[in-house]
Amino acid sequence: MIRLDDVHKAFGSKQVLRGLTLDVAAGESCVIIGGSGTGKSVCLKCILGLVRPDRGTITVDGQDVTTGDRDAFLARFGMLFQGGALFDSLPVWQNVAFRLLRGSQKRPRPEAREIAIEKLRRVGLTPDVADLYPSELSGGMQKRVGLARAIAAAPEIIFFDEPTTGLDPIMAGVINDLIREIVTEMGATAVTITHDMSSVRAIADKVAMLHDGKIRWHGPVSQIDTAADPYLRQFVTGSAVGPIAALR
Amino acid sequence: MMRALTPLAILGRSTLSLMAAIGRVALYAVQAVSHLLRPPFYPREFLWQLLHIGWLSLPVVGLTALFTGGALALQIYAGGARFNAEAVVPQIVAIGIVRELGPVLGGLMVAGRVAAAIAAEIGTMKVTEQIDALVTLSTNPLKYLTVPRILAATLSLPVLVAVGDAIGIFGGYLVSTTRLGFNEAAYLQNTADFLEPWDVTSGLIKGAVFGFLVALMGCYHGMNSGRGAQGVGRATTNAVVSASILILAANYLLTELFFTA
Repeated sequence: MIRLDDVHKAFGSKQVLRGLTLDVAAGESCVIIGGSGTGKSVCLKCILGLVRPDRGTITVDGQDVTTGDRDAFLARFGMLFQGGALFDSLPVWQNVAFRLLRGSQKRPRPEAREIAIEKLRRVGLTPDVADLYPSELSGGMQKRVGLARAIAAAPEIIFFDEPTTGLDPIMAGVINDLIREIVTEMGATAVTITHDMSSVRAIADKVAMLHDGKIRWHGPVSQIDTAADPYLRQFVTGSAVGPIAALR
Repeated sequence: MMRALTPLAILGRSTLSLMAAIGRVALYAVQAVSHLLRPPFYPREFLWQLLHIGWLSLPVVGLTALFTGGALALQIYAGGARFNAEAVVPQIVAIGIVRELGPVLGGLMVAGRVAAAIAAEIGTMKVTEQIDALVTLSTNPLKYLTVPRILAATLSLPVLVAVGDAIGIFGGYLVSTTRLGFNEAAYLQNTADFLEPWDVTSGLIKGAVFGFLVALMGCYHGMNSGRGAQGVGRATTNAVVSASILILAANYLLTELFFTA
């Protein structure tokens, strides 16, 4: 289980997280929604240790994320970044098999390549993509490669940062379905951050709405349309009128 | 009273900010050097960087040395003629190239080519979250990106300087023998007789130091790049400018150390 307790984080004078508290149960798919600049990505980066919180604690299965063996800790995670974050200098298969080519999970190159091709196939890409470079792929294909890289080492926990941003609705639907299928089939714990309500409905078991640096609403996805919280209602309906200022 | 203190406050702030920047760079350099000796090592990355930094810089270093050697021969000949010392051209070209111009111009040319490329590449990686991706893939960016580049630059610059020295002397030889009427065999004999091993070695040591500085500045500014295209552009400029200034400053200090101590 992932537990964030009273997490605060500021960048200079800008206070981003103001006491964020959230539990994500093992095997659950939690989607964090919220407006731009509300700290959704910062929240994920705090869990991974990419950003150090100013206050509060974050634990994964009871272990504080700032203590213990960092490599072993990170080996439990996979992450799909918003822009893919593929390494331009490496061909697709080496991007996917990056973790399998070095460090504690190192395998022989032919085996790592085979796993990479299998993961590419799993996300709907043919083996001939394996030797291309990221710059030769479309945005949708880059997302799929990013997804293949996130699942390559069979992580227990997967983070998805805006997985459908910049994609057309059909490709967004394909990515959403893939994420749902993969998370279910791997039995992984998933945390997704998105603005896209179709992603929320496709991926989430639970939804947490982040507003003003805190969790404003948290509950099952089945309740997002009936919940009384005015902030959540405004976000779900996409209305310019409501408690969330349209101009921020 | 307050107005009178304003320039002092500006001076104080600038000094503090300069000291802080020097401290950050020094800390980064110490971290990078400490990782040189600790596994994991990335030999593929190192070889790739050796190719990019060393091999691909050969044309620019070679051409710079060739023209500099030629121009130097013309200048020494013209200057020497003022006191009937035209005959010293081979010796002065040789010593000027191997002690000073080879390492310094080689270092500056590599700073322009390599520090800029490193800062732009790492800066872009930072902006596009590739550095964060490395961390999530259990890979230390300092080890994976910085160490191979610093090692490759530190090892390849002395080789580039050695090649540049040979080409520079050849440039002087070519101009002296074809334009200034020097005898081919005598020119080469004078050069060989005059040069001492320490002349060459000191230039190679300078090359290694300059290579370290070039890669360090490229990596440091790339890793600390600001957001967006403007941030990467600024990081690239800062990398080239700081590497060039450090090369010139280090050259003076090393010359003091090697030849006046």
